[in-house]
Amino acid sequence: MTEQFDPLEVPYRERERSVTMERMGEQPVSGTEALVEGDRHDELFTINIGPHHPATHGVLRLLTTLEGEVVRDVKPIIGYVHTGIEKSCEDQQYWKAITFVERMDYLAYYFNAMAYCMAVETLLDEDVPPRAQYLRVAHMEINRIASHLFALATGALDIGAVTMLWWGCRERDLALDLFEMSSGQRIHTRYFQVGGVIEDIPPGWEKKVREFTKVMPKRLDQYLDLLDRNEIWLRRLKGTGVISQERALELGITGPLLRATGHPWDLRKAMPYSSYEHFEFDVPIGVHGDNYDRFKVRIEEMRESCRIIDQALDGLPEGPWITSNRKVALPPRHELATSMEALIHHFKLVTEGFRVPPGEAYAAIESPRGELGCFVVADGSAKPARVHMRDPSFVNLQSLPEMAKDSLIADFIACVAMLDPILGGIDR
Amino acid sequence: MPDATGLELIAQRVRTSVGDEAVTGTIFQRGQATLEVAPQAVHDVLAYLKQGDEEPWTALMSLHGCDYLPDEPRLAVHYQLLSMERTDRLNVRTRMGIGEAHVPTVIDLFPTANYHEREVFDMFGVVFDGHPDMRRILMPEDYEGYPQRRDFPMGGEPVLYTFNEGKYPRWYD
Repeated sequence: MTEQFDPLEVPYRERERSVTMERMGEQPVSGTEALVEGDRHDELFTINIGPHHPATHGVLRLLTTLEGEVVRDVKPIIGYVHTGIEKSCEDQQYWKAITFVERMDYLAYYFNAMAYCMAVETLLDEDVPPRAQYLRVAHMEINRIASHLFALATGALDIGAVTMLWWGCRERDLALDLFEMSSGQRIHTRYFQVGGVIEDIPPGWEKKVREFTKVMPKRLDQYLDLLDRNEIWLRRLKGTGVISQERALELGITGPLLRATGHPWDLRKAMPYSSYEHFEFDVPIGVHGDNYDRFKVRIEEMRESCRIIDQALDGLPEGPWITSNRKVALPPRHELATSMEALIHHFKLVTEGFRVPPGEAYAAIESPRGELGCFVVADGSAKPARVHMRDPSFVNLQSLPEMAKDSLIADFIACVAMLDPILGGIDR
Repeated sequence: MPDATGLELIAQRVRTSVGDEAVTGTIFQRGQATLEVAPQAVHDVLAYLKQGDEEPWTALMSLHGCDYLPDEPRLAVHYQLLSMERTDRLNVRTRMGIGEAHVPTVIDLFPTANYHEREVFDMFGVVFDGHPDMRRILMPEDYEGYPQRRDFPMGGEPVLYTFNEGKYPRWYD
């Protein structure tokens, strides 16, 4: 690429031809010398993986330059499911925008709602009752297990371990049953409200959750029996997609990917929110920062999540599950029949919503994929002036070209699988 | 978060090291500290905060734009800095008018800023000078306008189906 290259001038349909690659490096990947020697390709070959490809976990387009079977360059092209959620939120009242932000990272909906509610609560200076904080923790950790399970299931499917897909989805269904029981919805539950959660847990929920946390560690052992001694699985994951800790920090990578490199950064421990400081749990870390460590870190995180859920249920405080501030939270249904004020508050909240004093706040939580930050600007009206999500998938995706460079294309698919990008969150 | 005094101390250190005109103000509200800097000084201030300061801010967690429409100057870019050692956050904000929406890039300091800056360019039209790949990231390359600006209308974008494709000839280029 010698002359000045202005991609804005290139029409949409001619993008493939606009990207030209000169031959990069002559060093074969270690372990593939024989392959490269025996079948030397002198020309580079550019193909599209995606946007419609099951291994891209959504609508992700990877403009991949291959030399034989070796990936020389990857350009992720995103934006195919950009739906303007951030813009739509600006036209919604604060409590209605929760529904929108949940649709961003569609496997970790509780976390999106949590980040957004935390930002709005900071702006309102609203305290969340202890029971609501514990219920939030329990739901988020169940959601973390469900999200990791789905990542593991689809990731294993990409590599060819089809059984893991059924097993992972089977256990994820147990988690979704719990969500259905507590909120009425299996996904996009809208259970978290500004100031607390919408309802107390129903009778019998706790027993169901305990059954779930009891069975889950055994199932994790089964997954390890299935995968961790499988030669194909180990060869695909061990030593592939390595990224160093320094580079991971420079690229802003967070979550299991950073912890796999050995950096014990977990916002639940480092900057606790929603009573996480009350719970005892460990932060699993890896050593090499390769795909195998990412897989193991996720498995161990699920075990730790089970511990947190048990502790949250053991110590679940009695009391209200949503703030008693009637300017923010709806009054209980039974008060509407007897109390004039409750009726007025109900009417005002449903028609106009609550107003938030001007200001701006950034709230960050540890989602299954890393730091999920929500930035909300209030201008004093009942609608947010700006809602921005710092989605971990969006940032983590930047590491994909460096992970996959000079690896085999099969390992590249494993990299995408263990990166676990959620395109709804990337494109928003 | 640094408290209000800590924020003033940071501002004072930045003023001494980078220049008096670099810092235009400090905001401390609801426990969150914001350092407001001049657009042309963003790179110098962040370089100082990352490397030169006695309390370094080593990670950039988020970079986002914002449009404060009735207020002037309208556009803003926020840099959400994090110190993993002190588990502390600092927001650096720079504001600029629609006409002079240019900020120096910080990719050389924080490689993570690459996608973030492209997104801010895409959504707000803020040009990051020195960015190696300054083009749209979420919207199509040929899109006109900056959708997250507050005077950009909602809706009105034709949704393409097979039946109305003919009404928008060569929509793709």
